[in-house]
Amino acid sequence: MSTLEIRDLHVSVETKEGPKPILRGVDLTIKSGETHAIMGPNGSGKSTLASALAGHPKYEVTSGTVTLDGEDVLAMSVDERARAGLFLAMQYPVEVPGVSVANFLRTAKTAISGEAPALRTWGKEVKGAMENLRIDSSFAERSVNEGFSGGEKKRHEILQMELFKPRFAVLDETDSGLDVDALRVVSEGVNRAKDTTDVGVLLITHYTRILRYIKPDFVHVFVDGRIAEEGGPELAERLEDEGYDRFLTTGATASA
Amino acid sequence: MTATTDRTTDHSRAAADGAHSHGVVPAGSRAERVTSFDLADIPVPSGREEEWRFSPVSRLQPLFADTLGADGVTVAVEAAPEVKVETVARDDARLGKAGKPGDRTAVSAWNAVAEATVVTVPAEAVASDVTSVRIDGVSKDATAQHLLVHAERHSEAVVVIDHRGDALLNQTVEVVVDEGAHLTLVSVQDWADGAVHAAAHRSTIGRDARLKHVVVTFGGDVVRITPDATFTAEGGEVEMVGLYFADADQHQEHRLFVDHAVPSCKSRVTYKGALQGSGAHTVWVGDVLIQAEAENTDTYELNRNLVLTDGARADSVPNLEIETGEIAGAGHASATGRFDDEQLFYLMARGIPEVDARRLVVRGFFAELIDEIGVESVEERLLASIEAELEKSMSVITGVPAAAE
Ligand SMILES: Nc1ncnc2c1ncn2[C@@H]1O[C@H](COP(=O)(O)OP(=O)(O)OP(=O)(O)O)[C@@H](O)[C@H]1O
Ligand SMILES: [Mg+2]
Repeated sequence: MSTLEIRDLHVSVETKEGPKPILRGVDLTIKSGETHAIMGPNGSGKSTLASALAGHPKYEVTSGTVTLDGEDVLAMSVDERARAGLFLAMQYPVEVPGVSVANFLRTAKTAISGEAPALRTWGKEVKGAMENLRIDSSFAERSVNEGFSGGEKKRHEILQMELFKPRFAVLDETDSGLDVDALRVVSEGVNRAKDTTDVGVLLITHYTRILRYIKPDFVHVFVDGRIAEEGGPELAERLEDEGYDRFLTTGATASA
Repeated sequence: MTATTDRTTDHSRAAADGAHSHGVVPAGSRAERVTSFDLADIPVPSGREEEWRFSPVSRLQPLFADTLGADGVTVAVEAAPEVKVETVARDDARLGKAGKPGDRTAVSAWNAVAEATVVTVPAEAVASDVTSVRIDGVSKDATAQHLLVHAERHSEAVVVIDHRGDALLNQTVEVVVDEGAHLTLVSVQDWADGAVHAAAHRSTIGRDARLKHVVVTFGGDVVRITPDATFTAEGGEVEMVGLYFADADQHQEHRLFVDHAVPSCKSRVTYKGALQGSGAHTVWVGDVLIQAEAENTDTYELNRNLVLTDGARADSVPNLEIETGEIAGAGHASATGRFDDEQLFYLMARGIPEVDARRLVVRGFFAELIDEIGVESVEERLLASIEAELEKSMSVITGVPAAAE
């Protein structure tokens, strides 16, 4: 059982005009096996939270703590965080020309587990995981994300989540841009990872439809850089019906 | 790669408007450039001339002289059994057939040599092995050297010229590819730090002949190579591939000229370079001239540069002149981008350490090009050289000195 604990996290983004505060005191605790959904209006800071957790250099943590089983995550470099068991499925996965998916997956797996995966079993594992996610085998030889459609990029992110077996995964709008079939296939992938590895999931989304496949234990409403309200799955339904007006007009008061 | 400059143009449907040209073309048509075997026709440059404006002429000065020695380099040829090697006097009738010198170093080299090395692939012969020409710099006496590679009709061969050591070398490489012959010519500049090297590569491509011309530049203080390719009959094809990697204070310049003087020929130019360290400077100029009679020409040229650190500069000037409207295809692209931190972040977010992530990205940048070379021994060496170069930049990033080479 692992715990990812975010305490009073303040984060600024580097802009041309100087640092701009985005996160204003985020508190969140995720345990293995739990699924937390984060919903909130555009620009409220959801991706900023995801990037800050992964250690993106543009985002500066100005105060607060993030610990993984008591270990200081903020003191770790980006790659150390990944090796410690954090995974971020990005809202906009990056294209890496000239680096094949097969080579990338093997290199990353080797880095994360500290040793090269056994050649024969690894090949089978990748092949099986790609089949499950309906990713054509020809993608193994293509450059990472290069020329992938939006949906293909998202599937490639979940492929990595299944293969790298992180302790905690942040999925930033993995459902955006997916057609109905792809949404189901991707959700099945996340659920497989949950079943087999007990991964804790932080699922950032705008839509309840993915929550019908991936059942959240908790729903957090993210407004203006912090969590404005928390509840169970029923909160998501309510948000879909009512929108965020309630939080925006009353002024965001953190309830966490 | 985040492109800071990116230009792509397709001229397939360009109108016949006399001379169509763009890129930076300050000095009129390439066709009007003076070429001559006579020293008096091409004076020592000041550095302001179009063809020298990017070059460190003071560092090249020793190579502009009227007379040059012969002892600064040793030349050793290990030929495939089918291939003939001779050393001939400068008045040998076979020399000077692949066009005339087009700049001062080229005309100095031509006039200064006493002897030339001639590598002949006899008609119909298919070389069973790579022919390797090893040029070792042994002293810093300014030296001229001349090589002719002649692929006679319907022959096939791979010739690799390999430059190492330290030298001040002014070189001519003539390449004659006769009817139906297929030649791959590779020139590797793997010089020690102080070397200064100017090379004029002049090629002619005959009927239905194919030349793959590969330039790989890593080492040296200044390397300036001017590969020219001229089609002499229909059906010829030239593929010009280049890869360079410049470190702090290195100047690497590649100026290409493809002369579509006859109809129905095809040219493809692909040059890629990486730069790191302050004062690293690369120059790529790609002149393609499609003459009025060169109908049904098909040409495309591309240059990409990857700037890995601050303080490095890549100049890239594609220049296409089209004098006929009846072309099959003509285009060019040029892009210079900085190392993309988002790529680095993505790879590191998957647990890959920074050093390995950078290596993946740079290898990825060159990968396609390396596959195109098609000579396995060269490809392997190239990968090793890229690793060694990366090792240097990593030592800057990580503070750990690079392992001695
Ligand atoms: N590099 C940057 N420069 C300036 N502002 C930025 C930068 N990065 C993020 N921001 C701002 O920070 C705020 C939060 O952005 P973020 O991407 O975290 O929102 P989000 O909640 O993920 O939105 P969405 O639902 O649209 O994905 C936005 O107002 C955004 O414009
Ligand atoms: Mg977002």
